[in-house]
Formats: sequence, C-alpha cells, structure tokens
Amino acid sequence: MNILRPGARFLRGQLVTTTRCSVLQTGSRRRASSLSQKPGAAGVRFPGAVDSKFTNSLSFEHPATYPAIPTYQAMGPDGDIIDSSFEAASEEIVLKMYENMVAVSIMDLIMFDAQRQGRLSFYMTSQGEEGTCVGSASALEKDDVIFSQYREAGVFMQRGYTFTDFMSQLFANNLDAGRGRNMPVHYGSAALKIHTISSPLATQIPQAAGAAYALKMQRLTNPNIPARVVACYFGEGAASEGDFHAALNIAATRSCPVIFICRNNGYAISTPTLEQYRGDGIASRGTGYGIDTIRVDGNDIFAVREVTKRARELALKDGGRPVLIEAMSYRISHHSTSDDSFAYRARVEVEDWKRRDNPITRLRKYLEKKGIWNEEKEKEARGRIRKECLKAFAEAEKEKKPPLRSMFEDMYEELTPDLKAQMTELRDIIKKYPDEYDVSEFEGGIDSLSK
Amino acid sequence: MKATTRFGVRSLTAAALPRTKAPYSIIQQRRYSTPPPSAKLNLPTDFSTTPLLAHSSQIALQNPELPQQIRNGTTKRMNLFQSINDALALALAEDESVLLFGEDVAFGGVFRCSMNLAENYGAERVFNTPLSEQGIIGFAIGAAAEGMKAVAEIQFADYVYPAFDQLVNEAAKFRYRDGSEGRHVGGLTVRMPCGGVGHGALYHSQSPESLFTHIPGLRVIMPRSPIQAKGLLLAAIASNDPCVFMEPKALYRAAVEQVPTAAYTLPLSKAEVLKEGKDLTIISYGHPLYTCSAAIAKAEKDLGISIELIDLRTVYPWDKETVFASVRKTGRCMVVHESMVNAGIGAEVAASIQEDKETFLRLEAPVLRVAGWSIHMPLMYERFNIPDVARVYDTIKNAVEY
Repeated sequence: MNILRPGARFLRGQLVTTTRCSVLQTGSRRRASSLSQKPGAAGVRFPGAVDSKFTNSLSFEHPATYPAIPTYQAMGPDGDIIDSSFEAASEEIVLKMYENMVAVSIMDLIMFDAQRQGRLSFYMTSQGEEGTCVGSASALEKDDVIFSQYREAGVFMQRGYTFTDFMSQLFANNLDAGRGRNMPVHYGSAALKIHTISSPLATQIPQAAGAAYALKMQRLTNPNIPARVVACYFGEGAASEGDFHAALNIAATRSCPVIFICRNNGYAISTPTLEQYRGDGIASRGTGYGIDTIRVDGNDIFAVREVTKRARELALKDGGRPVLIEAMSYRISHHSTSDDSFAYRARVEVEDWKRRDNPITRLRKYLEKKGIWNEEKEKEARGRIRKECLKAFAEAEKEKKPPLRSMFEDMYEELTPDLKAQMTELRDIIKKYPDEYDVSEFEGGIDSLSK
Repeated sequence: MKATTRFGVRSLTAAALPRTKAPYSIIQQRRYSTPPPSAKLNLPTDFSTTPLLAHSSQIALQNPELPQQIRNGTTKRMNLFQSINDALALALAEDESVLLFGEDVAFGGVFRCSMNLAENYGAERVFNTPLSEQGIIGFAIGAAAEGMKAVAEIQFADYVYPAFDQLVNEAAKFRYRDGSEGRHVGGLTVRMPCGGVGHGALYHSQSPESLFTHIPGLRVIMPRSPIQAKGLLLAAIASNDPCVFMEPKALYRAAVEQVPTAAYTLPLSKAEVLKEGKDLTIISYGHPLYTCSAAIAKAEKDLGISIELIDLRTVYPWDKETVFASVRKTGRCMVVHESMVNAGIGAEVAASIQEDKETFLRLEAPVLRVAGWSIHMPLMYERFNIPDVARVYDTIKNAVEY
C-alpha cells in the first residue's frame, strides 16, 4: 500500500481543479474551482480551458491555415543519411532488421500464392509497411507489451516469432497457439508479449491504454520491475473508430506510458484517406488530446526506429504519458486475399509506389553504399530465407489439426456443465452419423470429445 | 451519453443519495408509483419485514453458505450501496492489483457505491475516467489482460451499449482466442446499476442482462440483497472469468440487512432456494424477488398451497440442476423478471426445463412467464410494465389451476 499516500494527495489536487455541473459537488468546491474573472485579467479562468486568453477579434481557426505536420526522415530515398545528428545502430542490428523485412516480404509472396491455390483460407500481406513494423519493433525492449491490428508481421518477425509460429497459426494446426480458432494472420504470443490479434478494428487501442496503466501501477507497487511501455499499432482507417478517440483521451487523462503507432498507408480496403478524414492525417489529432505527436516516413526504417526510441523515452518520462506516431507509407499489396485492389485504384499508381520508394530497397541502398551488402549476399539471404519459410510451410501443412475438444475449452477458466454436455452431444452425433463427419485430421479423433 | 444522461443522473441521484435529515417516508411518496388506496396486492414492499432480508445478526450468520469463520464473526446493518462499498473497500485492501474506475467514481459515485475509496486507497487506484463507455471497458480489458483486477463502473446499465463491442467481441473472447498462450481478462468485473426505480423512463431503467447471457465467456450476476451483493461482488472480483455485475438500483437504499463485516464470497453460477415449497416453483432474480415473496405469501394463504422460490443469482451460466430438481418436485413453474419477456431469461429457463426429459415429464402445467411487456420503459407507465404482485399472484393462480 505504499502507493496510497501520494495517491491521496493526487486526489485532493484533482478535486480542487476539476469542476462538474453536477449538483453533487458541494458548493464550496464549485466556488473554489470556478473563480469568476478578475476585472482586466488577460487570462480566461474557464475551468475547461485554463490557458486561453480573451481576444476581441472574431476569427475562426481554419485548419487550412496551419501547415501540415512535417514528416521526419533520417535517410533519403537513395539510402543517404540526411539527418546529420542521426546515429545509425550497429551493423549487426541493421542487417538483422534488413533480413527481417526481407523475410516478411518473402513469406508474404509464398503465403499469398498458397491462399490463391486454396491451401489456406485467408492471408494479408504487408508489402510496403515492413519498415514501419520492423523499425518500430526494433526500438522496443523485450518486456514491452504490444497490441497490433493485423498488418504487423514485421513486428512479430523482429520480436522473434519464427516461421514455424507463423505457419502453425496460418494453417490452424495442432501447434497453433490459438488452437485453431482464429482466422489466419491473427497471431499472438505470450512469450513475446504480443497480445493476440482480433478482427474488430481499433478495439485494441483503449486496451493498450489500460495495459499501459497496469504496467505503470505494477512499477509503482514494485520499483524493481523494469520500466515498460505498451506499443499499439493500427491503420489510419481504424483511427476513425470511436475506440481510437476513447483510447487517446483516456491514455492522456490517466498518463499512460503507451506509444500509439498509426500505419497511414493511404487506404482502408477501398476507401482512400480523402474519404476517411479531412484533417491533417492522424497526427494532427494527437495534440488535440494533449499527446506528444510526430509524423515519420514509414519507408525510412531508420527514422521509424529513431522516432520510436525517442517516443519510448518520452512515454516513460514523469511517471508516464502517451505518444502518437503516424508512420506514412503506401499499401502496395491488396487489402487481403479477398480483395482485388485494382477495382478501386490504378495499377500504375501501385507500380509507381513499388518502384519509386520502398522500405526494403531504401535500406538496401544504404547497406550497399556502406559496402556491407551486395548482390551476392542478397541472393544468398533470399535463398536461405525462402528455404526456411518453405520448410516451415511444408511441416505446418502436414501437422494434424488441434483436438476437437479445444472448440469447447477456454470459454471459461473451467468447462461449464453446459459445455461438457454439449461436447458429449457432439461426440454422440458424430458417432451416430460417421459418414457425415471427417474427424481424422484432428488430433485424437473423436476421443478428445470424451470427458 | 450527452445531456439527457447528465440530467437523469442528477434526478436519480437525488433519490439515491443518503439524506441524513429527510424522513424515510419521502422515498415512499414517489408520485409515479404510489398504489391506489384500494390496493390489496400491489402494496409497496415493506423492506423492514420481508423474509428475504436478514433483519437480525443471528439470521445473517445462519447462512450455511458462509464459512464458519464468518459465521462466528460480527455483522453490521447495511443497505445495498453500503454493502457494495464495503465489498469494494475489502477488495482494494486485500489486493493491490484491484483498480476501481468509471464516470464520477472518485467522489463516491452517483449512487455512493465508491464513497471514501479514493481517499483511502489513492487516486491512482480509484479514479474518474473520461465520459466514454467503450473507453472504460476497453481500458479495463487492457488492464485485466496485464494482470490487474479491473473493476469498471458503467453509470447506468442503459449506457453499456457503446461498450457492447468491447464486452462481446473482446472481453468474452479474450481467453478463447488466446488459446494455449493462456492470457485472459478474468480480472475484469463490470458493475452497472440496473432496473426500474419508479421514474427512470427509457434510459435509467433498463435491465439488459439477457443480452449478455447470449454471450458465452461472460458471467452475468444480479444480487437481490446487501449480503448477496457483497458476497457475489467479491466472488466476481476474485473470479478468473470476466463478470458483468448488475446492481438493482431501486434496492441501493431500500434493501437493508445485517451483513457480515469480514470479507466472504458467495458461489457464482449457483442458485439459492429462498423458500421451500411443493406445489409450484417460482424462479426469479434481483428486485422482483420481493414482489414474488409478497405474492407467494398472499397466494399461499388464499389457495392453501406451498410455493418454492428460487433466486438464480447468476443468470449465466446459470444453475440448471437446482432449478430442474425443484421443478421435478413441484411439477409447476414460472419465471419472473423485470426486463422484457421476449428472449429474456425466462425464455431460456422455460426452454431448458421443457428440454430436460426428466423435468418435462414431471410438468403438470406450461412454464409461465411474468416479465416486462415488449416495450421500452415508459415514464408514466412504469407501474403497469414492471411485474407487480397482482400479475405474479394471478400467474400463480393460472399455474396451479391449469
């Protein structure tokens, strides 16, 4: 209970400065918190905007009169370092990041084709966004907690999620941590501290705020726990959800050490950003919530890494606060395997982005200029990664599916009497109509449905 | 939740707030719910004499569900909001990972359930959130996912819908989708005042429990009394499953009984037989149990029958065995709840009873339901909408005369 005392002080401070229109507030508190304007004072004493000054010139704030928030680059499109104060990471770290981006892009190609061949039900690639994911994840500590949307394979790869982990989840086999319940690409890992992906958009954003608050409270109680942050990824389309608003607001008011990372790739399925919002992207909203905010070139992995590193420091400062990063990129791939993006955007536009700028080629140019990478190494790496990926693919495809009983388990901590009865009912129906069900691909066959 | 809410909060809070000087009778003179002078059935519940409350310390400590240690302990007279406050204080004191938050929780809550908790346990653990239900529940899920016991308050059950997505798609599915990784949000408890209060109209009267009972993964609990509220709330907080804890707000001040002072839990997903009988089983939960009790007293006297009364307590996953055993014994059954009849708890209970072969064979009458009509709660008509003693009494007659 060592946190009680400062807490109590905090409360008194809050009560004095906060005003509600509720009749429940005692009269004295209300008077204390809404002192009327002193004659001639320049500052406004309205409790809702304490730093506002009066003006006698009537003018609206026009968004168009503000310049767009600049986009930070550390490395130009040709692989040259353009921020003179920037210090690149060690060769080893940079090469690892490069290989991880390449690995994601290779896996994407293989799995996209596999879906087209009907070997898995669904897939989503991250072409064009490997830099945002790998770069930001490289700046986090291993105990930092991550929430993601679904296009963050690079984050998983950078954290150490293996091809076997990816493939087990994609094929929903017996090794799948999700026990065959989730659609492909809904990865998760307790060991890597990445929460399991769910399809509903933006729901993870307020959860990330709450998780960050939990980490902060745990450290308050036990200062031996290392300082940790939560990183939360989402697309610019998801930022239109109410949960985004709820999350940024509550993260700011509760001073949560959370880094919100928006992947602004220009499209939410078919919807271009012009139909998503009319403000200056997502970044311009951050300051409205009182959140430190930055926009970064998502195709520049060094910029993303550096920005995330600084954001992490900021997020842990003075007891914690949220930070918003908007990483700009272009979704080169289709939205998913269920989408043909040429139905709503020109092929030439996509080809142009693919050629003009890409996080992988940009870092490759840097590595080659440094003399630590060449065509030969590229070929070797690609061949090796491809082989590893295909090996995991083949093994995962052969693996049995999880036991049938796992469809009933984990609803609650314990199986309820109803679920036990339903499991028996299913077993009996399969036994009665053996020709109607094929249970051979499931571990343990029908027996797993017995108590 | 905009202006209507805030207005509503104010008027309902006024009724719910403790008034040290105002006489108790003021509460009974609600303009909208005063029975006509001719009424013999639809009389206001006399909470000071109802057999459903433990009016003496001795009765409170007789409860066989309480551990011996508690039964040897002391009791204190508490109303429902005080027992909830007591439970929250004990939870906060016992476990540093307990957090309590929601709209206006810090100053004590609009129904006084969190009185003095911020002062005693710190503003870091008991705090106000911005006015956003989806934010509150999303935040709570995240905190629970990282090992905290997050007790979130939704100011009125009527305002839980913005958080429906977080509860249904996230909280309820969290453990299931995490699979063998084993993470869950069992530390989550969502408290919400529910039910009619005489003048709450459309948005301060709802009981959306059946919407949650359609969602496997959540435990849905509604206490009827201060003893239950404390024991079930502590059980919900301790539970490793996410719990929706619905507090009948009409009982916050009205239901007063002797409550054991130490911390104790009551079992979840376990019904309680409040009164044994042999001719008819009445199944209910929360506030209408008092209506049922009054109707039973009258019907037993008039009809010379004996009626068994069961409190479900947890409406999902609910205790089928206790209900089936009772109905097999009595052969007749009715379900009473305040929320609308269509697809309500009664539908599930009735269907389950007729589906259970052994129980079905013992049925001597159709399973009957007394519930709110299939309308929204209208201000001026609440007393015609909520199941009252006359309707319960009449349905008892229909059941036994079938």
